[in-house]
Amino acid sequence: MSGIQIKNLYKIFGDDPAMALDLVKKGMGKAELQDKHSHVLGLQDINIDMPDGGIQVVMGLSGSGKSTLIRHINRLIEPTAGEVIVDGVDVLGMSRGDLRKFRANKTSMVFQKFALLPHRTVQSNVEYGLEVQGVSASERHARSKKWIDRVGLGGFEENYPSQLSGGMQQRVGLARALATDAEILLMDEAFSALDPLIRTDMQDVLLELQSELKKTIVFITHDLDEALRIGDNICILRDGGIVQKGNAQDIILHPADDYIKDFVKDINRARVLRIDSLMSDDLANAGTMKLDRDTRLDEAARQMQEADVTKAQVVDSSDKVIGAIALDDIVNSMVEKVEVESTV
Amino acid sequence: MDWFEFPEMEREQLRDLRKGIDEGFRDFTRAYGETIENALYPVEWFLKHFENLLLDTPWIIVLLALSGIVYFASRRPWLTLGTFFGMALIGYFGMWEDAMKTLAMISTATLGSVLLGIPLGIGMAKSDRVQTVMNPILDVMQTMPSFVYLIPVIMLFGIGKLPGIIAVIIYAIPPIIRLTNLGIRLVDKEVLEAADAFGSTSWKRLTNVQIPLALPTIMAGVNQTIMMALAMVVVAALVGAPGLGQPVLKAINNQFLFMGVSAGMAIVILAIIIDRASQAYGQRLQSHREKEH
Repeated sequence: MSGIQIKNLYKIFGDDPAMALDLVKKGMGKAELQDKHSHVLGLQDINIDMPDGGIQVVMGLSGSGKSTLIRHINRLIEPTAGEVIVDGVDVLGMSRGDLRKFRANKTSMVFQKFALLPHRTVQSNVEYGLEVQGVSASERHARSKKWIDRVGLGGFEENYPSQLSGGMQQRVGLARALATDAEILLMDEAFSALDPLIRTDMQDVLLELQSELKKTIVFITHDLDEALRIGDNICILRDGGIVQKGNAQDIILHPADDYIKDFVKDINRARVLRIDSLMSDDLANAGTMKLDRDTRLDEAARQMQEADVTKAQVVDSSDKVIGAIALDDIVNSMVEKVEVESTV
Repeated sequence: MDWFEFPEMEREQLRDLRKGIDEGFRDFTRAYGETIENALYPVEWFLKHFENLLLDTPWIIVLLALSGIVYFASRRPWLTLGTFFGMALIGYFGMWEDAMKTLAMISTATLGSVLLGIPLGIGMAKSDRVQTVMNPILDVMQTMPSFVYLIPVIMLFGIGKLPGIIAVIIYAIPPIIRLTNLGIRLVDKEVLEAADAFGSTSWKRLTNVQIPLALPTIMAGVNQTIMMALAMVVVAALVGAPGLGQPVLKAINNQFLFMGVSAGMAIVILAIIIDRASQAYGQRLQSHREKEH
């Protein structure tokens, strides 16, 4: 089985994690564990199945354990209990040598604060992972050049990181991670340190690259907008435990609890929801206009208004009609959001 | 019990202890002195040949070479000019030969300190246990009056260049060890994590990340070591090390004010040149930091 499976993962920080693990399994919460035994519950019974070739977003506020979780996938942090299986291989069972090879060839990572080598040029930073893999100098050169161009940094090869802006530095970080050709890309709050506009830019860069590369990406963020924009699958963490798993539609339409409702209420639904989440089977008066099922509500409303229709057919990727969508329903769903806000 | 007298050790016990330790060390010296001296032969060899090179080469070539080295290390024309005239002044006052001997000695001592000190500093940075053991040793090395550790050095090696240089190294090595340790411990944890995440071996991590990032601190340590080596020149002269310390010693014994001051000034000139040149070199190594965005 490919992809990444995380099973019953626990991480407890402290002097005697085994003792604390027993207590947690008996139902002790994070606060109590901290007060009574001064152990910190990092992760609690995490089970995630991350499919091959998709983007799995892990979202949570600071202290929710998301950065701890991503570091278990390449074992920068040792778990207290549980299993991490990547491409059918148990990461926790690897010897030191195997783990090094696994990190060098299978996974690569992008960091929140870029973590570039300040004394190396852009080119030589991007080559770092290839150096570790033992790739020859000429091939390193060619491959790093290719990725520097792909992330839009052509011409900056000989610059040092300190000469670049934050957004450009993170492009170096991304190029460094992509250059190793690892199947798994771990992104730890990779865009969180960037300005909003540059962040959107980088999200576009990532999505565009992903549409072609089809890597297995684990993306950590504290920003729900970013999570909804990027993630095929989203998993929300709180206090080290999973609160909800699902895709963007699920999370917006069916938030699991008040915690998530609180997050979701400020989201621009029209930009996230797809028309297939609102469509009906009632094809009467559906007219001739056809909209793809993946169309977002705001885009659908705009197109329908421009064409001056009140109802349109919804089609799937093979152009087969699967339902109909009414402009009223779209408007209502947007209004519903306004109501939610006004009652708060 | 008499509360006014300190309960001292019995005189005889103290005498026996003193005798035991003195004789023990003397026996050790007799048994191993030669072995240790032979083991340190490379240091002596390097010092001798480097000194001969500086002394046998015509002064004008040495003077130009020194100025050239300072220029290539610092890229500062005024410093280079200052080096040229400073060294010329030393020669004009009749201390060229002593200055060359001193230069040979501090170069050897610095090289020895760096070769020994950087690995020790790395060891300290890698292991908290090593650090716990090393710290008090370094404290003792730095605070023990240098005349005190001259005693076992003289007992082991007698009088001459080798004991002089050993004394200088003992005195000058702590800063390079401490600052190498500090520099490596201060390396950004995120960058280290990145190196790990890409599967670096610990050797690659050390050579590609830790040492380069710690280099400004390590260079500060090298600079400190050189300065301390220069400060030891006069003390080392007491055990027979040649160089600018000798005229100072002679001046103290005979109350020759001019001789003492001029030799002292020559040491100051050497110190300023080496300090400025090594600092400028250290900064140039960090050129990528200067052009902050």
